[in-house]
Amino acid sequence: MAVYLFYFLIFPGLLFMAVAGALLSWYDRKITARVQFRKGPPLLQPFYDFFKLLLVKESILPKHGSRSVFLIAPLLGVFGAAMAGLFILLPLFDIETGFRGDIIVIFYLLTLPSFSYIIGSLASGNPLAAVGASREMKLIISYELTFLLVVAAVIMKSGQQFDMNSIIETQQTGRPFIGSISGVLLFVAGVFCIQAKLALVPFDMPEAETELASGIYIEYSGPPYAMIKLAKYIMFFILPAFLVAILLNGMNPGINIIWFILKILGVVLLLTLIRNTNPRLKIKQASGFFLIWMNLLVVVAIVLIAFGL
Amino acid sequence: MGFKDYCFRKSLWVFHFGGASCNNCDIEILDCLTPRHDLERFGILLVGSIRHADVLLVNGSINRRDRDRLLELYRQAPKPILVVAIGACGCTGGIFAEGNTFAGPVDKIIPVDAYIPGCPPKPEAIIAGIVKLAGKK
Repeated sequence: MAVYLFYFLIFPGLLFMAVAGALLSWYDRKITARVQFRKGPPLLQPFYDFFKLLLVKESILPKHGSRSVFLIAPLLGVFGAAMAGLFILLPLFDIETGFRGDIIVIFYLLTLPSFSYIIGSLASGNPLAAVGASREMKLIISYELTFLLVVAAVIMKSGQQFDMNSIIETQQTGRPFIGSISGVLLFVAGVFCIQAKLALVPFDMPEAETELASGIYIEYSGPPYAMIKLAKYIMFFILPAFLVAILLNGMNPGINIIWFILKILGVVLLLTLIRNTNPRLKIKQASGFFLIWMNLLVVVAIVLIAFGL
Repeated sequence: MGFKDYCFRKSLWVFHFGGASCNNCDIEILDCLTPRHDLERFGILLVGSIRHADVLLVNGSINRRDRDRLLELYRQAPKPILVVAIGACGCTGGIFAEGNTFAGPVDKIIPVDAYIPGCPPKPEAIIAGIVKLAGKK
């Protein structure tokens, strides 16, 4: 029992994921700054932001709306992100093998943060937050099918194996899934799904700082906002880690850990560059992009897998 | 200076309130956030919601309508919040001080932590003011 609590809270759970995600979020901001020829924030900036919100600022509750739901929603988001991260990282770091079908559980847990943002913002009673929440819902409906198809294609490619551990092992004994045409197509679709899940720029209509003044988070201040930041940091680490696990060979022990870190940094670099070179789409365009083009891409990949390519 | 203060000073998020401004100060404030001056290296970000703000930047002459809005914003901001008055109009009223609709400089309405005078102040002056504000206490 104690060992599971250690897994959940310290390594590879909450603490480790939060620190790794915060450092990745600094990396993202620094790359953004370099792309715009700026200097960028210092290394510990995400930690300053988090502890300022958690320890210094007061929290203002909305006058109209449900206060308890408003406060519980960010905790639900952190819980979902940490739980999903745990199921991803335990097989990835070869600590526990997981169980049959855990990739489906991961898929459901990964949607929990987005749902918690929707619940929290609708509970705040702010009209801008409601607009953000409805956009987030439409975005979830758009990308979730593509993400599920990517997961299904990976399961098919690994020979109908439903757990993370065997998927990673299949790649390590054979070759990584990205080394084939269908793997590349799945990687492209997966990167766009992650972009939408993290609500980074081409798909950031729920926050839309310039039109909705950070939309779904508009009413949050102080410690609840710190929890949202925490959930976002964790998601920023575990989603690239998930993609690396299911398509890019996972992690080998020993010196290969550096190779694993480089793969994560590479995926995040790709996300950041997409974010910095694109304008925000309209919600209709995003739906069309996922429901038509990305689904088509994954279906083509699945057909290729069926032919063994 | 404790850990809390240090974190607060290293991550000041700014909410920008423009009163009846002539827009020169607005342009200079935006200039601070552009790549040339880059306030993000001090951890300063421009936020869109007063709920996330640590610093309330006020510029422009505050007339009778702005007065209520400024008070409401100050009431809605999570404390602690620092208030910075930018430009001659924000600090003293400038050329509008005798005007009919003028409702007093910012410090007659809400407590002000830093004044950055100038018409408009240069971005360098704004950065100097913010750095001094971060070093306060």
